[in-house]
Amino acid sequence: MLRLEKLVKTYKTGDQALKAVDLDVPEGQVLALIGPSGAGKSTLIRCINRLVEPTSGNVYLGDVELTGLSSGALRRERRRMGMIFQEYALVERLTVMENVLSGRLGYVGFWRSFLRRFPQSDVDEAFRLLDRVGLAHMADKRADELSGGQRQRVGICRALIQDPALLLVDEPTASLDPKTSRQIMRLICELCKERGLAAIINIHDVALAQMFVQRVIGLRFGAIEFDGLPEGLTPDVLTNIYGEEDWEATIEKVDDDSEAAE
Amino acid sequence: MSALDTRIGKPWKKPPFVQRAWLRWALILGFAAYLVAAYMTIDVNWARVYEGLERGKQFVLAFTSPDFTSRSSDIWEGMIESIIMTVASSVVGIIISIPIALGAARNIAPLPIYLICRAIIAVSRALQEIIVAILLVAIFGFGPLAGFLTLSFATIGFLSKLLAEDIESMDRVQAEAIKASGAKWTQWINYGVQPQVMPRLIGLSIYRVDINFRESAILGLVGAGGIGATLNTAFDRYEYDTAAAILLMIILIVMALEYISGIIRERVQ
Amino acid sequence: MPVKDLKGQQVWQRRTSRESLGHWVMWLIGVAIFAYCWQQISEATTWFFVWDAPRIANDIWTRATPPRWEYITQLGKPIWDTLNIATLGTFFALILAVPVAFLAARNTTPSKFFIRPIALLIIVSTRSINSLIWALLLIAIIGPGVFAGVIAIAIRSIGFCAKLLYEAIEEIDETQVEAITATGASRWQVMAYGIVPQILPAFAGIAVFRWDINIRESTVLGLVGAGGIGLQLSSSLNVLAWPQVSLILLVILAAVVISEWVSAKVRGAII
Repeated sequence: MLRLEKLVKTYKTGDQALKAVDLDVPEGQVLALIGPSGAGKSTLIRCINRLVEPTSGNVYLGDVELTGLSSGALRRERRRMGMIFQEYALVERLTVMENVLSGRLGYVGFWRSFLRRFPQSDVDEAFRLLDRVGLAHMADKRADELSGGQRQRVGICRALIQDPALLLVDEPTASLDPKTSRQIMRLICELCKERGLAAIINIHDVALAQMFVQRVIGLRFGAIEFDGLPEGLTPDVLTNIYGEEDWEATIEKVDDDSEAAE
Repeated sequence: MSALDTRIGKPWKKPPFVQRAWLRWALILGFAAYLVAAYMTIDVNWARVYEGLERGKQFVLAFTSPDFTSRSSDIWEGMIESIIMTVASSVVGIIISIPIALGAARNIAPLPIYLICRAIIAVSRALQEIIVAILLVAIFGFGPLAGFLTLSFATIGFLSKLLAEDIESMDRVQAEAIKASGAKWTQWINYGVQPQVMPRLIGLSIYRVDINFRESAILGLVGAGGIGATLNTAFDRYEYDTAAAILLMIILIVMALEYISGIIRERVQ
Repeated sequence: MPVKDLKGQQVWQRRTSRESLGHWVMWLIGVAIFAYCWQQISEATTWFFVWDAPRIANDIWTRATPPRWEYITQLGKPIWDTLNIATLGTFFALILAVPVAFLAARNTTPSKFFIRPIALLIIVSTRSINSLIWALLLIAIIGPGVFAGVIAIAIRSIGFCAKLLYEAIEEIDETQVEAITATGASRWQVMAYGIVPQILPAFAGIAVFRWDINIRESTVLGLVGAGGIGLQLSSSLNVLAWPQVSLILLVILAAVVISEWVSAKVRGAII
């Protein structure tokens, strides 16, 4: 469904953030992208929907090659990729409803969106999604009145109302407390299952990743270091990705946690 | 689910900025009515405006060939006078505004002094430069002295107010630490207060020099010295190329001042 | 090193001797420049008039008090004109300042090397020339009257508003813009959803702030013939009708105070 071929990103400063990354994500698979800060996780995600222009290589979404698209065609393809951000990235001075509806911007014309005259089907879908994440009563609140967890739910709604085939998720839990983090991760994974979406979740927390995803990719210095099942994350593998550290505790704790969570 | 079912199918509207409907409409209609009324009472002589377009074109063209030479001595004298007024009034204004700023900061000054200093600031800020200049020209006669006094007076209001606000918002703990060491009042100001507000004082002073120069360009219109008189004459005689030359010089000097002040502000901060 | 060895004793000094010498020279130059400036001003001044100033000030004061209160009936229209010059001038300035600001902001300009310098040039040139000079110019071009005043205020305000606005645009949170871009929104939609909501409070603040300043400026535009209450001031001054002058000054003062109060209230309500 999504295929990256020899994706390279070199920043103007000369930093090579991605070194010829190859990756194949089948339909409906939720995978986690782990790795130390600066390994290129964010860059990888942003190169897929070209918020960051890749230097070379190809990105195929279905049969469409994205890196060569004109800006108009790129916008049409971006509708098929919902994105969820680390600091929620809601437009803080707009209402919750406007934030959710902004996910439909790629489908409606400028004046319609400017006058907030979205099609009734979009409005209905927005309310269904808000209801699904438990925020229907907040629809007319301004986004900056919400708590972190609530904002991230709105962010999820905004991504899903695009009716995407793929979710790009950038550190969804980095600014949330542990309990909310888990709720948000569970919500994302449930919604992906319900709708049959593929997702790339870029995440710091190895334990959290192991708990929810079907496949883990380890990134180090812009290259894929590990690709396999969450159970395959042995101390040796983690040392490979992150460097020397006592990993036994982390992994053990994961087991305890996942049992406690059931 | 029932709450959702009642919601589905109904149109959604952004909640309006002004919640009360009558107030919202009153504001909108009021503003529209005002615009209409204002438009009706301005009688524009369109024929005259149309005539003027030709002259406007000439003026714009004059910018491509500004004439620095034919009135060079007038321009030179006027510019020098403007700069002299700017420098002198900035120096005097800054020196006077520092004690007034100290007096106008509630955390330093006792109440009577505070009130007096605030009153001085209020008067200086309420009166515009050009009106002060008219009065001072009437009192002291034509010439740069009136302009110099005007700008000094305006500098005091501007600088004292902003500096006083800065002093009021400074870090109390640092100042108290100096006081606790047994410093005298003057030492306390010198060691506890001054270092905290110095960067801002420098930044504001430079900004004010910039403003003073711009203002000095208009004081000549009422006879208070500077380049304004030359400019006025140029307009009166329809010598657009000379006027363009003067305006270009003003713009260039202001740009240079802004550039320099940017550098200095970066260095002191 | 600020520590000096003086006869075997360590003496701390704030600056090295070279530094302190430099400081002294700087101060000396500064004082010399000021002295020169003062001398120039003094030369251009007729000191006889200055020594006579207290008497003249006293004279003007006695003539100007009490103000001629009944004159206020004739000031209604000029005050209305002044309000219109300020309000319409601000209105037109804002309409023009918005596109200029978007062209000047680093993150929204379509071209950094071609269009941005032009936008910055517009900002600098309109900003550095006082509204009185713009009024003079416009009167020479389109004739005296309120219209010239409106245009003068509008031109002068473009640079001011556009500068503050483009600084606000450069300070926006880019991730919100990124999020809207990622939904597949067009360039204009990104503007309307990602950027405009973020700068709207700044925009409202700037508008009210500039309106307040424009009320001040439009009260004196009449001095050069651009309509408003300054026209009455100028004609009263010409015939030395000091009681009228003092009344007009009081009215201007009141207008300034009221506009400052209104702008403070409105800004408080927005933020």
